[in-house]
Amino acid sequence: MSDPTVADTRRLNSKPQDLTDAYGPPSNFLEMDVYDPQTVGVGRNRFTTYEVRMRTNLPIFKLKDSTVRRRYSDFEWLKNELERDSKIVVPPLPGKALKRQLPFRGDEGIFEDAFIEERRVGLEQFINRIAGHPLAQNERCLHMFLQDESIDRNYVPGKV
Amino acid sequence: MSFFSFGQSAEIDVVLTDAETRKKAEHKTEDGKKDKYFLFYDGETVAGKVNVTLKNPGKRLEHQGIKIEFVGQIELYYDRGNHHEFVSLVKDLARPGELTQSQTFDFEFTHVEKPYESYTGQNVKLRYFLRATVSRRLNDISKEMDIVVHTLSTYPELNSSIKMEVGIEDCLHIEFEYNKSKYHLKDVIVGKIYFLLVRIKIKHMEIDIIKRETTGTGPSVYHENDTIAKYEIMDGAPVRGESIPIRLFLAGYEMTPTMRDINKKFSVRYYLNLVLIDEEERRYFKQQEITLWRKGDVVRKSMSSQATIGAQRFEGSKSSVSSMLDLKCRA
Repeated sequence: MSDPTVADTRRLNSKPQDLTDAYGPPSNFLEMDVYDPQTVGVGRNRFTTYEVRMRTNLPIFKLKDSTVRRRYSDFEWLKNELERDSKIVVPPLPGKALKRQLPFRGDEGIFEDAFIEERRVGLEQFINRIAGHPLAQNERCLHMFLQDESIDRNYVPGKV
Repeated sequence: MSFFSFGQSAEIDVVLTDAETRKKAEHKTEDGKKDKYFLFYDGETVAGKVNVTLKNPGKRLEHQGIKIEFVGQIELYYDRGNHHEFVSLVKDLARPGELTQSQTFDFEFTHVEKPYESYTGQNVKLRYFLRATVSRRLNDISKEMDIVVHTLSTYPELNSSIKMEVGIEDCLHIEFEYNKSKYHLKDVIVGKIYFLLVRIKIKHMEIDIIKRETTGTGPSVYHENDTIAKYEIMDGAPVRGESIPIRLFLAGYEMTPTMRDINKKFSVRYYLNLVLIDEEERRYFKQQEITLWRKGDVVRKSMSSQATIGAQRFEGSKSSVSSMLDLKCRA
């Protein structure tokens, strides 16, 4: 007979776990990659695009595997949309690098390999933090950014 | 303090009758140090002697009366001038006159009501003390002796478990269960977290004990939160169907019993905060109040308490499904 002065610390009863749940793929699979920077255009009208690939099994995303090409200003657009419409604290983007866009630089400015790589890493960190946020996943702008061919800046903001 | 080097002065000290046998308890002072004081319970008699020792033997001490008071008061730090006395008893020991030699006076406060527990907090203090005073024309001589009061409870008749399903729609659904809603200060929190849906990448999970001290009333209510404990209960990513056990021993933490609306001046309440942290450092949390009570040291081997423990383990407890959006997320 258990002593009433000593607390009973036995575990509470729980349901046994289904084996397909235990060993199956988790329902939170989400992989984001930002890679393959390509500089397009000539002279003053050059800009760099990055490939943004998402692989997921989250039901909220229409496509389970999507690839799009985006440039820095597209990321800025996404950040602004989320800051305005959602209640989340949006993580920072890598810098705008305005100084690098001034003329008479000794190097390639914003088309320097090292700078592009630094920016790619920052953009990857940014999109990883956003795409996995439960509240951001409800925003149309995020789905358009990740899975639509091109961003329609005249879209109607809203929730999915 | 007497500013005059001539004339007579005296020292007072208060000695309890049962000073040898009475237990002492540790209690935090306002500046954080711990001191030991005599421990009393509600209804106990406070008795002893007041020794008045003349500093200059041979000289007389004129006085306007000697008395001893037993006081229980609440002090709000932002309103130091006003002490709220909820217990105030006086015994006159000597009428106005003079003392020609050191003297001892007996006193007894019989079966004194001490309705609340002694408490020293961030913004409020509740204390009990004896104050012996020799009244004089210019300045009184007085001495205070603090005591500590503990309020005891017995095993509650009704002590249902806390069981709730919470989550964020389509992202994270969990069912948490704590074996009781009322715990004594040396109790163990036994519980479990059951994952129904996991669409986020959880890194780890912890349970925190938060103490909230509330002072003030109406529009100027002030809450002071203090995290008493942080206890990691899971490291790694769970999947659907997993059950994580909780076993948290309360005896290791410095806590007081739950104090609700004490003399309408303050409250001290405790909350369990279940926190899940994902890989991007986002925090998902659910707070739940628990009631803490102080158990007496005397062992109570009653049939009712054994039955209570048995019932908690094997009986199906009521589970309430609260709103799915009850789980808060903070990035």
